[in-house]
Amino acid sequence: MEFGPHLVLALLEGSITAAVLALTAAGLALVFGILRVVNVAHGEFFMLGAVLAWFVSTTLADTFGAGPAVGFVAALIIAPLATALVAILADRLVLRRIGYDPERTIVATIGLLYVLQQATLMSFGPEARPVEAPFNTRIALPWPERVNGEWVLGYPWGFGTTSYKLFVIGAAVVVLIGLWLLLRHTTLGLIMRATEQDRDMARAFGIPVTRVYALVFGLGAALAALGAVLVVPIQQAHYLMGGDPLLLSFIVVIIGGLGSVGGTVVAAVLIGLTDGVVSVFFSATLAKIIATLLVAMVLVFRPQGLFGRALSR
Amino acid sequence: MNDARGWLLHLGLLAALVLAWFVLPAYHTGNLARILVLAVYAAGFNVVFGYTGLLSLGHALFFAAGLYGLGLSIQHVGLGVLPAFGVALGVSALIAAMTGYLALRTRGVAFMIVTLMFAQTGYLTVLYAGRWTRGDEGFVIARSARTLFGLDLADERIRYFAALVLFAIVFLSLAAIVSSGFGRALVAIRENEERARLLGYDVQRIKWLAVILSGTVSGAAGAAYALLFGYAGATFASVQYSILPLLWVLLGGAGTTIGPLIGTVFMFYLVDFASEITDAYLLLVGLALICLTLFLPRGIAGELRRRALPWLP
Repeated sequence: MEFGPHLVLALLEGSITAAVLALTAAGLALVFGILRVVNVAHGEFFMLGAVLAWFVSTTLADTFGAGPAVGFVAALIIAPLATALVAILADRLVLRRIGYDPERTIVATIGLLYVLQQATLMSFGPEARPVEAPFNTRIALPWPERVNGEWVLGYPWGFGTTSYKLFVIGAAVVVLIGLWLLLRHTTLGLIMRATEQDRDMARAFGIPVTRVYALVFGLGAALAALGAVLVVPIQQAHYLMGGDPLLLSFIVVIIGGLGSVGGTVVAAVLIGLTDGVVSVFFSATLAKIIATLLVAMVLVFRPQGLFGRALSR
Repeated sequence: MNDARGWLLHLGLLAALVLAWFVLPAYHTGNLARILVLAVYAAGFNVVFGYTGLLSLGHALFFAAGLYGLGLSIQHVGLGVLPAFGVALGVSALIAAMTGYLALRTRGVAFMIVTLMFAQTGYLTVLYAGRWTRGDEGFVIARSARTLFGLDLADERIRYFAALVLFAIVFLSLAAIVSSGFGRALVAIRENEERARLLGYDVQRIKWLAVILSGTVSGAAGAAYALLFGYAGATFASVQYSILPLLWVLLGGAGTTIGPLIGTVFMFYLVDFASEITDAYLLLVGLALICLTLFLPRGIAGELRRRALPWLP
């Protein structure tokens, strides 16, 4: 395949990464923006979403003979909800008790990371398990080629995508629009934004801040899990799959601006596409090295990220 | 150390460790040799975390700098043990100086993330430079290359006492440093940085020196680990090895001199015990972190100091 189609394919793959990343990172950004804590276990919520999706679809298929489409829809509903419940439980048991102190939260969430990861290892096992996509038809993509001196639309062999991959991108866009609507146009969103701006003032207005925190923590986890459910038919479910999304989400949230969900989405698109393209044409490890260094440098020289407002702390 | 009780405690502990070789069975002395080297790493981390109050999530970078500084010098350059150790110390100090300078431009959460990112970069670079480092697989340093003054460092007795000598040097030096003016300045910065600055201390420079000291000690531990156990692998540069000293110091007591050793001993045997039951021993690490930050934020020695022995250095 020539460079042109290759690049487009890389961009497509990058778009899927970007889509899932936008969801996951949005969850992390929400938590950081409103709770002002860094959740190091965020990648494990992602992993939980994928593992639960496998569990739901496999159980439905084995016990009720349901097809992959039914299993997928069920997973799409159940996995994020269940993950949110786990997150809310963690919030009540641990985070609330340490008063959302930033340093202790990081230590506690590191602990949570290991607990979730290893508990999954013990129950799910160390293998990667696939989940079937609800639909998966190949779509050949056209590409202009020169035939006999004329430009014609040809269909190069190997140049195509699948309907499911396009669905992932579309679904992520829909969810993000939904999130934006929630934040901007609902009372709940208003409450969340108020708590983010000034916690004490919000409390003075009668907003149950601890409940909002629990809700937001659950919502952040649910977003990550949702991203994982969308991507698990393409990747596979594996107990270690939380590491990469965590690192990438960190990078996105920091570059997009700690606390700015809009900036996060923009950054996710940028980074997802870049990651996709660089990984295809260069070494993936080199891409990660550059990305990691970039994050550190952005934080050192522009602590508020590229789009965020300066932190008061 | 001005206090006679402090001296008695430190020297008594060292004497007990000498005695341990003759009293304990071979399995435990083998473990202790490893524990002592890792306790040096924890002590290095303690300088920055316990005494200066900076939560670094990237100390694996310094440990790995020492590990590979010595390992690669012996393996590929053919240096002798002492010059290689010198190289390791120099490399760790240099890396600590450079990354510290950049990282110290940030505070709090940003500092944690920046240090984490630098360490990740180090880890990825170790993988990328696989031609020399053999990446995750690592390389073994021949027993014949690990001799010092004619002593075979792989021999169990010599290895134990070599580890003990290193530990004793670091233990006593750090005890002296933390009770000196410099050490007190570190504590002042930890307790109230603004006030320290107001009192005229060059806070940035003092923090930077603390990072260099911490990095060099951690590098010494890494070099000793490669030297005494004859193996260098990328795992030692991974996030896990940044989290472990945090765990050891938190458990043993941050900001105490005996804390690092206590924490390392405890955790080592806890993990040892857990590994016999399950593959997922990291689960215990996670639970330990959560419980520590919830219930025992000062660690064992820290609580001891608060409740019974206020003179504990």
